[in-house]
This record gives sequence, structure tokens and C-alpha cells, in this order.
Amino acid sequence: MTETRATGAPDDRTRAHSVRLMIATRKGLWTLASDAAREAWTLAGPQFLGHSVHHAMLDPRTGTMLAAARTGHLGPTIFRSNDLDATWREASRPPAFEPGSGRTVDHTFWLAPGHPSQPNVWYAGTSPQGLFRSEDGGATWTGVAGFNAHPQRKAWCGGDQDGTPDGPKLHSILIDPRDARHMYIGMSSGGVFESMDAGADWRPLNQGVRADFLPEPAPEFGHDPHCVRLATGNPDRLYQQNHCGIYRLDRPGTQWQDIGVGMPQTVGAIGFPLVTHFHDPETLWVFPMDGSDVWPRVSPGGEPAVYRSRDGGTTWQPQRNGLPPTQAWWTVKRQAMTVDRFPTAGVYFGTTSGEVWGSRDEGGTWKCLSAHLPHIYAVEAA
Amino acid sequence: MIAGELDRAVEQHEFRIAIPGALRSYTRQASQVTVALSQSSLPTLGAALCALDRAYPGIRFRIVDEQDHLRPHIQVFVDAAIERNLDAPLPLGARLMIVAALSGG
Repeated sequence: MTETRATGAPDDRTRAHSVRLMIATRKGLWTLASDAAREAWTLAGPQFLGHSVHHAMLDPRTGTMLAAARTGHLGPTIFRSNDLDATWREASRPPAFEPGSGRTVDHTFWLAPGHPSQPNVWYAGTSPQGLFRSEDGGATWTGVAGFNAHPQRKAWCGGDQDGTPDGPKLHSILIDPRDARHMYIGMSSGGVFESMDAGADWRPLNQGVRADFLPEPAPEFGHDPHCVRLATGNPDRLYQQNHCGIYRLDRPGTQWQDIGVGMPQTVGAIGFPLVTHFHDPETLWVFPMDGSDVWPRVSPGGEPAVYRSRDGGTTWQPQRNGLPPTQAWWTVKRQAMTVDRFPTAGVYFGTTSGEVWGSRDEGGTWKCLSAHLPHIYAVEAA
Repeated sequence: MIAGELDRAVEQHEFRIAIPGALRSYTRQASQVTVALSQSSLPTLGAALCALDRAYPGIRFRIVDEQDHLRPHIQVFVDAAIERNLDAPLPLGARLMIVAALSGG
């Protein structure tokens, strides 16, 4: 299979002339493109109508787009575009577990471009939990044996049928910008794990994180991180939105600090997504949801609000200007919130009810950019 | 299938396969395709699906998982009977039909 390379220089996106949002939904892939002022938006799509697209990413290094898709009856695959969504080609070898392992990939859940020094490397996390690597821009994928065949993997993850209602997942594949061999992953369930050798071996990194759904109050693993991010500009800082709160970790420390304690008690510190500012490692946003009782997983009280912290999670401010004041029962999934690279960050999120909301003033005011799309799984800005 | 076609199919171990709409992006929208198997090997359902993948790369993984099991919402009819065992021998001249069973909203 021949490869073509998009010509756009990756640094162009750090100058942020405009924004392109890739919107992965339960029924296909759409894109929203802005003008330079981020005021006018144009919706295009769908691609892969009828496919469940769990994640779609544009590689800031090469301009390649990848989309992870499956349908209700067909197996999972990955599509690639080298011409900004104009044409797509299917991976000739999608992520799949080793024959004889007894495991099958239900869907690829998370896509992550590799280190800038390895421009054709991508990683993929699957449901059930598996880690895969491509060295040819997403055309062929091979399991990372250091994780998939790790003797402790089953102890860490539980069975392939355990976990969240949509299936257990490996997500939040993070690469240290200083060292391509230093990686983090998150697993629901399983917890956060770290590798110092490009995935050859892994160790749990969950000290200080609650797992109140387990009999052991402070287990080494088995936690449920929903979304883990590296702070841009400070790769020693990690943030985590967890099933049991919001946390921060400053390496080389290994003890996560609970930063959800500053959230209002009526709102709580449970949610799925967490995103960080591209130019300020102290600024982050979360989208709380109702995790009480039977876990309704909707906006608390039907009153959606983003919460922003300017001080690394010590204090939080609600941001709801422009959002519906009442009777809006959304959920924002863990991949469905993103930020652009403008100095004054644009923040965007997609809802389970098919709306895309955006703010071009770091959450100060919100505007509905698109509505009536299918259930949104992921929104990524490029 | 008329008698002459059947004779040829039996002689060459050819099998006609009906392709559901969900998979026709692989077959250039063809709803019926024919695959030929080596006469030196036992014709099985698995061999027919491998031959289908050689002709239309990528189609097999969408319907058969990495552990060589038909995916849960895929059915294959061999003539009029459902067959899920990839090792099942195919009667010479059998007609195959792949069905993608939709459920949910």
C-alpha cells in the first residue's frame, strides 16, 4: 500500500489560524471548520454514515487523520486520510489480539499520535483493554506485547466482560514529550500505569486515588480513571478525572492529590472529560455529571456547567454563560471535550444528545455550534 | 444455477457468495461474487472466506474475529442452513449467503 503525506507543516497549527473539530459519533464522522475569528462554523459530513466512530484524530505531526470505526455487526477497523478528510483508506491490518489468545477486539476506543521524533508511530487503545502500535501511519497495527501479554494484565484489568456498560477500555495513551519511551495509559477499569521502556513493561501509578467501589480502600490497581491528561508545557504534571474524583500528580512524585475537594458539594467531582490549556499548565476544564444514586450520568440537576481551574485544581469556577439554564440532561463523554491552540483558548464539547458547544474565550461564554447530530463520542480540535 | 454452471462450479470448486449491503463497499457494490478454491484442499467455509478476502482484502476481518470465530451478529447460510463452524466442509456447488443482523437503534 502506498503512502502519501499531507503537505501542511505541523507548526502551522500552533499558530492557530482556524479550528477544525473532528466529531466522532455513534452514527458517523462529521467535521466543523471555523473562520479565523472562530465565529462562523461550517459543518461537513457525514463520513462513514452508520458506523460507530469512537475516536477520530488529526496528527499534528503529519496531517494524517485516523478514525476508529465499527458497526453493530461488522468488526472493528481503522480508516486513514492523508488529504484532510477528502479520501479515506482502510488499515490493511487493524488492531487485533494474537490468534490463540482467546481475546477479541470489540472496538478501538482511543487513538494517539506517537512522539514527535517518530512521525509514523501511532498508538491505539481498545475495548477490552489492549494496547496496539502502528509504525506506518496507521496502515498496519501490532499488539504491544509488553502490555497485552503481561503476566499481570488480567489481574490489573479483570475479565474482558467486566467494567463499564460499553465495555472495559484502554484510553489516555500519553507520551512524554521529552522521552518517547516514557508512556502512561489509563484503563477503565485497571487504573493508571506507567512504562519507562516504550511499553515493554508497566507498573501501576495509583497511590492516593480512591476506588470506593472495591473492598480494599487503597488498592495498588483496579481503579477507574475516566480521562488522564499531561499538562502541556509541564510534562511532569498529570491530571485525572476519575470515577471517584479529580486528581493531580506532580512527577517524580507518585502520590496523586485530590483536587476535586474544591468543587461545590452540590455538583460533586465526578465526570468523564478533562482537558488542559495548550499554553498554561495550571488551567484545566472538567464537565461534571451526576454520579449519585444509580449514576444517572447527566448534568447535575439538569443544569450543565463547565468548571475551570486556573490554579491547577485548587479552586474551580463554574462556566455556564450561554448554556441552557435548566432541563438539559446531557452527558459529555471522556473524549468529547477538547481545546484548540489559540493563546486565548477555545474550548469545545459534544453531548450525548448530539450538540456541539464552543467557547472562544476559555469558557467565559458558550455558543451552540451544531445540533441534531447523533450521540457524540469524541470531539478533537486541530 | 443451471446444470452447466453447476458442473463448472463443481469441477473448479467455485462458490457463489451473496454479499450483504454492509459489506459491498469491499466488493465494489457487487451483491454476488464467486470465489474459487484450490482443488487440492478440502473446501470448507473457512477456506471460502479466506478466498473471499484474497479477492476483496479486509472483508474477512469484518465478519470473522482474530480467534477465527464468526462475529456475533453475522450469519452465514450454506444453501438453506446456518453454518457457524469455519471447518465445516462445503458441498460442491453450495451457495453461500452472508447476513449481517442489525439490532438496536
